[in-house]
Amino acid sequence: MGTQTVTPQAVQHPYTRYLRTDRLPHIWCPGCGIGIAMGAFLAAVDELGIPQEKVAVVSGIGCTGRVAGYVKFDSYHTTHGRPIPFATGLKIARPEMTVVVFSGDGDLVSIGGNHLIHAARRNIDLTVICVNNFNYGMTGGQMGPTTPHRARTTTTPYGNLEFPFNLPYLVAAAGAVYVARWTVLHVFHLRESIKEALQRRGFSFIEVVSPCPVGFGRPNKIGEGLEEMRFYREHALIQNGLHPKDAALSFRDRIVVGKFVDEARPSFLQVLEDHFRNASRDPSHREG
Amino acid sequence: MAANTFSGNGSFPFWREPLDAQQIPHLSTSITIFPDLCKGCGYCVEFCPAQVLATSDRLNAKGYHPPEVVKPEACTGCQFCMRVCPEYAIIVEKKLEVPT
Ligand code: SF4
Ligand code: SF4
Ligand code: SF4
Repeated sequence: MGTQTVTPQAVQHPYTRYLRTDRLPHIWCPGCGIGIAMGAFLAAVDELGIPQEKVAVVSGIGCTGRVAGYVKFDSYHTTHGRPIPFATGLKIARPEMTVVVFSGDGDLVSIGGNHLIHAARRNIDLTVICVNNFNYGMTGGQMGPTTPHRARTTTTPYGNLEFPFNLPYLVAAAGAVYVARWTVLHVFHLRESIKEALQRRGFSFIEVVSPCPVGFGRPNKIGEGLEEMRFYREHALIQNGLHPKDAALSFRDRIVVGKFVDEARPSFLQVLEDHFRNASRDPSHREG
Repeated sequence: MAANTFSGNGSFPFWREPLDAQQIPHLSTSITIFPDLCKGCGYCVEFCPAQVLATSDRLNAKGYHPPEVVKPEACTGCQFCMRVCPEYAIIVEKKLEVPT
């Protein structure tokens, strides 16, 4: 039962084969939760046994946008707010690929907010993993559309006067067929949820609440990431099946997590397949 | 890069060793820590359900205090530390030891 020094080859982390290890260590701050969320995604892909060459990851700009650069799949680091349009085109052109959008709240909900709701409306076969750190971390901790009411950021020094989006409600209302929220402390639930989402046809969305000790923790005097994680432990409430309208997050109050929506509706690709099948049978659909 | 591996036999603090301990399958775990990958967030230490890990006094190359294994025999093999580490600095392997 002693200590022995081993070479890294002797034991390998289960995530290693899915990472561009030459780019590690990643840039995320100590205590940042994005690494945990990325790990949960890699574990989900691993456990489902999806071939590595059949997965594509698309990210936008921001701290979470760096994910595309670290994972060893086909990956795209797109322009700000645009991972969903890139992913939509990719999925329609290569429907056999599992296409995942991995990006942050600022990128997906603010700059790319319109793409998000229209992708949900179309029910396009994508899984969107949205890491929500409640602010624009990379650019210096500015307030965004997910910043809780009254929370301080560098641009709301007296507290945020606006009200944030309730993301599960937004995407569910727009038409998503699978909607869940977890914190990074719920790493096992998160992994299982990502596995479910990857197996659904249609638009699936998972919000991942994550500590950002630098952008959100410091101005709100929360302290280090560890304090934020302790807060999750004490204030998270698992409520599977809750109507997403009741899943709003407020500032320093309970955090409702769980799977809120899981239903079946024809996905965009299913409709497209049906259309082409019928069109090829029915001569009136042919041109000329 | 150096790594430290600790093994536990997954035993419970019985007042005596069960008589059939050599015949029943039991879980054996091994925890490997890569101290130089650690950024000192403390999640592994705080959230291990069996208090297997503790923050060490030594500093790693980046200037953080990596965790060390203080109670390897208490490890349940739940792998929470491995999954919650944002730096992928911990590997927990477990296997069922079936006596031959
Ligand atoms: S600024 Fe916040 S979200 Fe960005 S890497 Fe640092 S802790 Fe993570
Ligand atoms: S595997 Fe579980 S019990 Fe063992 S050290 Fe890690 S967190 Fe603790
Ligand atoms: S969770 Fe990882 S980075 Fe954090 S203290 Fe433990 S080993 Fe270090």
